[in-house]
Amino acid sequence: MSAEQGQAESERDRPIRCLVAKVGLDGHDRGAHVISRAFRDAGFEVIYSGLHRAPEDIVQAAVQEDVDVVGISILSGAHNTLVPKVVEGLAEYGALADTLVLLGGIVPDGDAKRLKEAGVAEVFGPGTPMSETVQFVRENVPTRR
Amino acid sequence: MTADADRALVERLLDGDPRALARTISRVENRSEGYRDVVSALYGHTGDASVVGVTGSPGAGKSTLVDELVGYYRDDGETVGVIAVDPSSPYTGGAVLGDRVRMGSAVGDEGVFVRSMSARGHLGGLSTATADAVKALDAAGFDRVVVETVGAGQNEVDVVRTADTVVVLVQPGSGDDVQMLKAGILEIGDVFVVNKADLDGAARTVADLREMLELRGGEGRTRVGHHGAVGVADERRDDENEDEDDEWSPPVLETVATTGDGVADLAGAVDDHRDHLRQTGRMRDRARSRAAAEIRTLLRQDTADLVEAELRRRGGVEAVAERVADRETDPYTVADDLLAPVQAALDRRQADDDA
Repeated sequence: MSAEQGQAESERDRPIRCLVAKVGLDGHDRGAHVISRAFRDAGFEVIYSGLHRAPEDIVQAAVQEDVDVVGISILSGAHNTLVPKVVEGLAEYGALADTLVLLGGIVPDGDAKRLKEAGVAEVFGPGTPMSETVQFVRENVPTRR
Repeated sequence: MTADADRALVERLLDGDPRALARTISRVENRSEGYRDVVSALYGHTGDASVVGVTGSPGAGKSTLVDELVGYYRDDGETVGVIAVDPSSPYTGGAVLGDRVRMGSAVGDEGVFVRSMSARGHLGGLSTATADAVKALDAAGFDRVVVETVGAGQNEVDVVRTADTVVVLVQPGSGDDVQMLKAGILEIGDVFVVNKADLDGAARTVADLREMLELRGGEGRTRVGHHGAVGVADERRDDENEDEDDEWSPPVLETVATTGDGVADLAGAVDDHRDHLRQTGRMRDRARSRAAAEIRTLLRQDTADLVEAELRRRGGVEAVAERVADRETDPYTVADDLLAPVQAALDRRQADDDA
């Protein structure tokens, strides 16, 4: 019946939901704000975590908000400690397969490689054009069900 | 998603699995296939949660106050679900849902479930999506559900109407806020809160609000001082008194959300209102009128879908609109024509019933 057609349409049109997260003792949130706005302008629904969150808080927020994307912004150099905790937490809830985990900030190449092996989909360094990040999300957002 | 998977999802939600709850809310928010069966399955498990709606103008301190209220309920050992509705851009449909930032009490606590919702792009209306999300939280066993929204328009008013108790937040010294209240929100508030009560002008705002609420109370209340005559007047007075006992007069409270001052009073007022609804039987009235509104909304939406499909089958609205624009036909004829099969089916049904 008609409703099925309507539902199929709404499924396609479902906005991409993103959690933009600041973890740990890192008070630099300009980048997180800029990316939040860029995502919003791209038509995504963005939930911003606020500053100084623990990895467990990020996992809890990602699960409750049922987001498609978790974008972690870290400029403090603590990515090797904090990011795996978020990834593991998502895996514990069985949410990792449905979530695109992105990392933004200053991350050395070697670390980026290791983190990508651990489950991070992509690492975006300084100077990455917003359009590139938005495009990456559009192309790689996990399809559900 | 299959019916079996849906049943499993509902089972997990009822078991208190947060991810199943989150998924269910996404399902109802997106009206994804089969969501109706999910809501139907949940419905029998709802009705236990106390639902509070919080509304007010942007910057009034809603999220901060809700955070304090959540903390208060948690200290009392109650679990709390929060639905925070934020506006979205009318241009891109995107939104930054920022309420979570101000909800510090929620972090690391499984007894609190916070869900942000964008105010746009809901087929069938935001209030339907919110009401269904409230049902999911209720069924998942949360003792309290708080729905928070910017009180800007009819949409938002409809949203808070899904609550048992509506709290309206005002900030001091803002004549504009009180103007806004005149425009309709005054009628829906069960509890009024002047937040940021440590600022100048708070006492004035409280006084203004109380005055406006007096007026809202109607003539019955202001006439009380005039009795004393005999006969008919006395009888009328008795009636008035009875009405008064039944009538809830909304309290005006003062809070400072950033320090938590007055939050206990607010929680108390919310419970008082709930008790009042129970004792006067109005809880049932409200539930009934809510159900009626939900049924009507669903029917409107479903018939609109049917008609939309029929329109598509006939080549879409563009084709007929073209003919109307060329003056080949007129809008009424087109509408009658499209609805003819519906009308015929209904006529047949009525004839069957009459026979």
